[in-house]
Amino acid sequence: MSDASPAAVVELRDVSKSFLGVHAVSHLSMQVRPGQVFCLLGENGAGKSTVIKILTGVERPTLGEVLVDGKVTHFASPRDARERGIATVYQEVGTLPLMSVARNFVLAAEPTKGRGPFRRLDIDEASRIALAGLRELGISRVQDGRQLVGTMSGGERQALAIARALHFGARLLVLDEPTAALGVRESATVLRLIDTVRSRGVAVVFITHNAYHAHSVGDEFLILRRGETLATFSKAEKSVGEVIELMAGGAELRSLLSTAEVNAMKTTSA
Amino acid sequence: MAQTKVEAAPAAPAQNAETGGHYDGRQSRGIATWIVQPEAGGIISAIVVFIFFAVAAGSSGFLSQLGTAYWLDTASDLGIIAIPVAMLMIAGEFDLSIGSTVGASSMIVAMCTGYYGLDPWIGVGAAFLASILIGLVNGIIVVQTRLPSFIVTLSTMFMVTGGILAVSIAMTGSSSISAIPSGSAAVIFAFKWNEFHISLLHWAIIAAVGVYVLQRTPFGNWIYATGGNLDTARLAGVPTNRVKVILFVCTALGGAFVGIIETYSFQNGSVTLGAQYVFSGIAACVIGGVLLTGGYGSLIGTVFGAATYGIVSMGVFFLGWNADLTELFVGVLLLLAVMTNNRLRRFAMGR
Repeated sequence: MSDASPAAVVELRDVSKSFLGVHAVSHLSMQVRPGQVFCLLGENGAGKSTVIKILTGVERPTLGEVLVDGKVTHFASPRDARERGIATVYQEVGTLPLMSVARNFVLAAEPTKGRGPFRRLDIDEASRIALAGLRELGISRVQDGRQLVGTMSGGERQALAIARALHFGARLLVLDEPTAALGVRESATVLRLIDTVRSRGVAVVFITHNAYHAHSVGDEFLILRRGETLATFSKAEKSVGEVIELMAGGAELRSLLSTAEVNAMKTTSA
Repeated sequence: MAQTKVEAAPAAPAQNAETGGHYDGRQSRGIATWIVQPEAGGIISAIVVFIFFAVAAGSSGFLSQLGTAYWLDTASDLGIIAIPVAMLMIAGEFDLSIGSTVGASSMIVAMCTGYYGLDPWIGVGAAFLASILIGLVNGIIVVQTRLPSFIVTLSTMFMVTGGILAVSIAMTGSSSISAIPSGSAAVIFAFKWNEFHISLLHWAIIAAVGVYVLQRTPFGNWIYATGGNLDTARLAGVPTNRVKVILFVCTALGGAFVGIIETYSFQNGSVTLGAQYVFSGIAACVIGGVLLTGGYGSLIGTVFGAATYGIVSMGVFFLGWNADLTELFVGVLLLLAVMTNNRLRRFAMGR
């Protein structure tokens, strides 16, 4: 990371978090820059969710510093983090299936028209901004703001949640396992979305345990293992096979595979 | 039984984009689209029972002006309660204390006017204040403890009924007091025009305000979101606790309003007045297409759900059948409604 690259939207500096003396994360440092996809990789229990919570203001680090735009920051609450442009898109609870696209999109920030007691929801405006937001992310199949979100595919719903976050000023998107519950085609949709968001200069933290998904869109990588930083590297430095090997713990995986299989994995690259 | 799972499967292939949302849709897209609107069930059931009783009991007075006034009166008292109850159910909560609030406000009004001889409006004010208190207690306990509102409001139902009974016996020695309204209160709460009761007007106004709030204001959007998924709504920034507390106060106010209307109309207040509204209120909402799990439903449907109840109870009366058959009828309609609501919702989701 050269000094010429833009300042990090969010930086964690030597951050540790322990719960009742148990270290969830130890001495973790990471920088997420605009227009960059930062992949946080690791198995379940590696400490990924603790990092998300620190990034989004849910938890405060026990040690170390959180910097926003280069300044040391203490998030008062998740809302505080949101107001600074850090948005989380949750896999399960991002959208409301029984509500329309327009109503989902403007939820809690509804456009209104009229004054005083006649101040009312501007449905047409809500529809317009929702569809515009979706189109910017390349989702054109949704034509009617009144369509129920439940009729959309998993990928389209992710797009809706992301478009919503961007519309309300997100500069850093935290995507928590966005492809975990999706099939192959839907996963591809979401990966394309991440690429589109990056090209708009937004910083993305992409949390996953799928090395292929990470490698296909990631710029920077951090592999967590039992709260420790196992490796940090840029995309060009490692192949998918090496990433998988690192994630699985190298030797442990190798003992299960033949040499040929390991070599085959190492030569696999995106 | 249809599935009660609310979430759609994540990767479910969507049907064509024309599958309409039920909101804001004024242009019609044919019967198939209309029938998946949440209010369709209520409208259909009201029409079906009306035709049935018009044929069966039309000659015995059901279709007369008196018969019409009777069923509209029954429907409007229930309907006034059902509107806020539906909004609360859409937000994902129940209020079982509503019947006890009707009884408590009835007793408060009767004690103030009938026993102490105060101005009728003092009784009205006291009843509304008491109901606001009941609503606040319900709402605050539910949002603070996160216990199911079903059990919280069941507790407050017992507390309110027991409390008002103890107070009225201690102060007046009776649990039933006559109360004759006078002046403007008599007009506002007990006016009649050719057998048509003024509560019909109140019902229409409350329903119109409810529909406006639910469909045309940000608060209405928050109600749907709160019931649709509490976590999603909260993460999006919806003040879900405030939404729920306000709606609990609204249901209690609705109950108090009906308690006052019935007390001044019957010229008698009683602790047990309105006990039937606990379940008939929920029945009207469900027949009207409100989902028991919250997040979906319509007040237009709820209006027709209350109308269905009024038509059935007066239809049975004019047929000369045993009044208990009303309950049987409503039970069957409720069961049908619960079963079709889930199917219709899955249709609406394009599957």
